[in-house]
Amino acid sequence: MLSYLVFFACIVLILGVLTLALNLQWGFTGVFNAGVVGFYAIGAYTHAILTAAPQPQYVGNFGLPWLVGVLAAMAATALAGWLIGLVTIRLRGDYLAIATFGVAVSIQLVTLNWERLTGGPQGLTRIGKPLARLFDTPFAFNLWFLGLMIVVMALVYWALERILRSPWGRVLRAIREDETAAIALGKSARRFRLEAFVLGSALMGLAGALYVSFIGFVSPFDFLPIVTFQVWAMLIVGGSGNNRGALLGALVVWAIWAGSGVLVSKLVPPSRAAQGAAIQVILIGLLLMLALLFRPRGLIGEAAVVSRHVND
Amino acid sequence: MIGQAIADGILTGAIIALGAIGVTFTLAIMRFANFAHSELLTWGAYMALVVVAFAGPGTPTGPFSFGWQLLAAALVAAALTGLAAWAVDALVFRRLRRRGALPLTMVFAAFGAALVMRHLVVLIWGHESHYYTRELQIAVELLPGVRMLPDQLFIVGLALAAMLTLHVFLARSRTGMAMRAMAESPALAQVCGIEVEAVVRLTWIISGALAAFAGVFLGLTPQLHPEIGFNLLLSLFAAAILGGAGSLAGAVVGGFLVGLAENLSLLVVSPGYKGAMPFLLLLAILIVRPHGIFGDRS
Repeated sequence: MLSYLVFFACIVLILGVLTLALNLQWGFTGVFNAGVVGFYAIGAYTHAILTAAPQPQYVGNFGLPWLVGVLAAMAATALAGWLIGLVTIRLRGDYLAIATFGVAVSIQLVTLNWERLTGGPQGLTRIGKPLARLFDTPFAFNLWFLGLMIVVMALVYWALERILRSPWGRVLRAIREDETAAIALGKSARRFRLEAFVLGSALMGLAGALYVSFIGFVSPFDFLPIVTFQVWAMLIVGGSGNNRGALLGALVVWAIWAGSGVLVSKLVPPSRAAQGAAIQVILIGLLLMLALLFRPRGLIGEAAVVSRHVND
Repeated sequence: MIGQAIADGILTGAIIALGAIGVTFTLAIMRFANFAHSELLTWGAYMALVVVAFAGPGTPTGPFSFGWQLLAAALVAAALTGLAAWAVDALVFRRLRRRGALPLTMVFAAFGAALVMRHLVVLIWGHESHYYTRELQIAVELLPGVRMLPDQLFIVGLALAAMLTLHVFLARSRTGMAMRAMAESPALAQVCGIEVEAVVRLTWIISGALAAFAGVFLGLTPQLHPEIGFNLLLSLFAAAILGGAGSLAGAVVGGFLVGLAENLSLLVVSPGYKGAMPFLLLLAILIVRPHGIFGDRS
């Protein structure tokens, strides 16, 4: 039980980084990224290709150190975000959603088909884990990874809170609320949206690298479109525009997902596993719609910001 | 080779066009990108499967692999899917609309609706493939080197007939005019005394019915599976945006262009990347003509 809780906490924290990244893009800037899983996958695969133990049949698998993999994953995802953003960031909301959704679909096709680099449907194994040699049992490693994740999460959270309170962060919210007004004040909405998009992408890449270095292998079937919708459910249930809300949403939605998975595996015979998995997805879909209908602000919505001069 | 790709492209294009008509009208009248539309195709296909399970696909008539029962099943599925689309609206979208939700909130709700709709199909029928009929057919050689199955020719013919009917309805009837007015400008249409909710209801029913036809056609060539509609989602959006939101002619032309582009690309690109073609096309359209070929909304 304890080992499962540790595992669960690690996954929630990784997904929490992903949700915080989406919160930066959507919650604070109003950039509709419907291809979250694509950026997550770029980070995961960059890390895997750079750090996995060398094997002759693959062009990648450089066996580089863990930290190099993580930093390169962030850089590669930021670069991808910049290139994609250059083309798509000016699109209006739902068109941007369609375009980024297409990005994610295309990235998944690359991971499936470019076998020499990505291992194709088999994926890649023996991926660089942080200081894995020092730990004898999987449990000890997971416990160490949980500690590492808490530090990473604290850093990401602190950094995001800081920059969102900075003048740069205020411009993002100004653009979200009224793009025309922000432009009239001389702020280039396009540039700020692109910057937020790239920074969010880098964080999604970080989450991807952390995920594969926790699990130890990478497969295209971990990066299906459902991940995007799960992360969106986390953000909306938790409270878009509030980082604490995003983290709470990650916890609540993943608890419902994992909990329903356990229940389904107990109640549904193995021959009906596909139907059981369908029930889990239906729950996520219902949760998303119910949150929008009955609690549109989320569990902890964005705090209202009132000027301190309001009573002057 | 090229001839065959064009023939295949016209077939896929006809199916995409039928689905894209619903997408384009939701974009213009309800003002949001309905990510759940592709699931209406899936629902239509499976509803017809239910009818076929009871009535049978019928004895093959002429060169076709099915009899009149499948046609009847398609009509029943069209009616049921139209109602289902309207029911989803009443349960989710209308409530949000009344609250004055932003178009992007509607998109999130559509994400949720799509997840539920697609996995209800998995829950009931599982992941395995299903068939309306297992009759074999012999392809007809239309031109030297260009072969199509009789069923496929039937699909293209029936799809074109459905589009033509819709065109006459939109161009001639008062209700059709109201729909076009709403697509042009919802606010103006309301001022002119058009009953908005009635038009919205009609739009869902028409979109759902056409989606069901597209779904049945997909299931006929050659099988049904729960991702049958979802796999077409990007193609539907590409076609609708290529044609310009709210334009019937645009969606039809867009559908055929996307179908042709997907199949012609297979001459140079490996089939594994076929799924990325509608996306690349979409990207090109959004960069060059963000409002589509027939759209002029600024």
